[in-house]
Amino acid sequence: MNALMPSPRLVRAALPALSLAALLVAIWFVQPRAISYFGFNLMLNLAMPIAFATIAQLCVITVNDLDLSIGAFVSFVACVGATWLNATPLLGVAVLLGAVVVYALVGALIHLRNLPSIVVTLGMSFFWLGCSVLLLPSPGGSAPAWLAALVKVRTPLVPFAILVSAALALVVHVGLMRSAWGAILRGAGGNPVAVARAGWSLLRTKVTMFALAGFFGVLSGLSLVGLTTSADANIAIRYTLLSIAGVILGGGEFVGGRVSPVGAVLGAMTLTLAGSLLSFLRISPDWQIGAQGAILIVVLALRALVNRLERRR
Amino acid sequence: MRQSAFSRLADWSAERPWLWSFVGAGLIFLATTAFTSGKGGGDVLTAALTFATFYVIVGIGQMFVITTGPGNVDLSIPANIALAGAVAMKVMDGSNAMIVPGLAAVAAVGLAIGCFNFALIRILSIPPIIATLSASFLVQSTAIAYGRGLRIKPPPIFAELATGRVLGVPILAIIAILVAAAMALVLRRTVYGRSVLAIGQNARAAGLAGIRVARVRFATYVLSAVFASFCGALLAGFSGGASLNMGEEFLLASIAVVVIGGTSVAGGFSNVPGIWGASLFLYLLVTMLNTFGVGAGVRLILTGLIIIAVIALSGGRRPGRG
Repeated sequence: MNALMPSPRLVRAALPALSLAALLVAIWFVQPRAISYFGFNLMLNLAMPIAFATIAQLCVITVNDLDLSIGAFVSFVACVGATWLNATPLLGVAVLLGAVVVYALVGALIHLRNLPSIVVTLGMSFFWLGCSVLLLPSPGGSAPAWLAALVKVRTPLVPFAILVSAALALVVHVGLMRSAWGAILRGAGGNPVAVARAGWSLLRTKVTMFALAGFFGVLSGLSLVGLTTSADANIAIRYTLLSIAGVILGGGEFVGGRVSPVGAVLGAMTLTLAGSLLSFLRISPDWQIGAQGAILIVVLALRALVNRLERRR
Repeated sequence: MRQSAFSRLADWSAERPWLWSFVGAGLIFLATTAFTSGKGGGDVLTAALTFATFYVIVGIGQMFVITTGPGNVDLSIPANIALAGAVAMKVMDGSNAMIVPGLAAVAAVGLAIGCFNFALIRILSIPPIIATLSASFLVQSTAIAYGRGLRIKPPPIFAELATGRVLGVPILAIIAILVAAAMALVLRRTVYGRSVLAIGQNARAAGLAGIRVARVRFATYVLSAVFASFCGALLAGFSGGASLNMGEEFLLASIAVVVIGGTSVAGGFSNVPGIWGASLFLYLLVTMLNTFGVGAGVRLILTGLIIIAVIALSGGRRPGRG
């Protein structure tokens, strides 16, 4: 009996992929024509910025924190992209680099003063929102032409968004899961005391992870503004919740440095595609957020089941 | 002698972490009235009492949840407020006779959301942040679907309750002061309140001491949800109808007033008076920035930075994730 059952560890790792597959089957069942190059291009249009934002959130969750400002930050980056980056590229780049530094400083502050990350990042979300409102009081601006051209590249056979997401998942997987550095970074979330006793600086790991989060946040904002070509201060506010959901959906645990970059990207795609399935089913967009919540709950219920099986062995 | 008097003062204020929020609120009020050279001070105070009421009501619920230990927080409050406001207006349907059934429906909404939150936490054994977050997705969708195009005015008596004054003091503020006093008693003097504090300090020890940890947590999540629901109903009554985004600002506000009020985010140490001080502080801060004539952008930036500065100065008391 036990020999026939795959190990719970494997099941848990496969859960994000299985949920995505289940969703794809459902979409194919309802609207077969959507499963095509053209269909995926449309459905996964916004998967790229969401995947970047999810990886940004994953970096923060790895070190046992939570970033409630990522949505406001991505909006801010989009606003910079639609204004300064276009008009005065040098200033735009400098501001984006400065924003990454601010992210690193937030990490340092959280570590040094031992502050709860949710309060600090909630405060930061107001900060970024305020900056966006100053920069772009009303929706508008326009993205640099090169950026719009870059994110709308039509690659042969597989849509660009899927290629980018796959590359992102691969790069972060190698960096975080397969490298010695990655092991230390995850260890700082798993057992900070042990990592500190082994001689590593916890401050440095936290600053690194927050800086990486800022970096991926910048990529998210830029790819978003490239796709939409204009921005407003609230353009990506819902990314905060979406990114947390994506990380958890992808098999990330909330504490202990247990994360999965590949799973997180799959999770982000699942949440993006869920909206398409709803519209194919002609369900009112009112229920879009609710459906994402329901998916989250179902996957978490399945995982709880797997964990319970694991404990029984 | 002076030294000991000073250290006694330090001890006295250390036992009263809520003091600073009132000091901060007072300073900001003085700065505001100094700027307008004393004009409109009374109006500012009345408005502050009214708006602080809403922060206080959700803040108390959030405080009980946060007190039960690291990681405990209720993120479903904004969605809850949106749904409860819509339900209240729809059930009351603008008629005075339906106020009581309306409030009963609001209580039912809070009860249901609280039970759902805790069921997710307990049955799926997922962290409260994720549980209340997923629940809030569902609640938000329900609110959108249920409350779309809702343009029902609150019944006259209910609107009067939400906007009226007695001797210049808003009725709402009086209610909130009474509720705060009652909840302070609950926290300090009842078995339930002491259990909440004990669980926050050490859940395992509390369990071994015979406290039914799961039951207390359950009650706490229900309490928070019911408070948020009533806040939603009052907010709808106050603003002449429910709107879907009226809960948005309460995500930050509910957590901020708890932290600024001197409650430990790591749990186990909390106080009710601080919620009032922090709520006044938060509202007066916005009023002051408005009086100084700064734009929306600068106001948001300063609000965020001041909240971060306050908790950075008060500091994390214990390791743990909040």
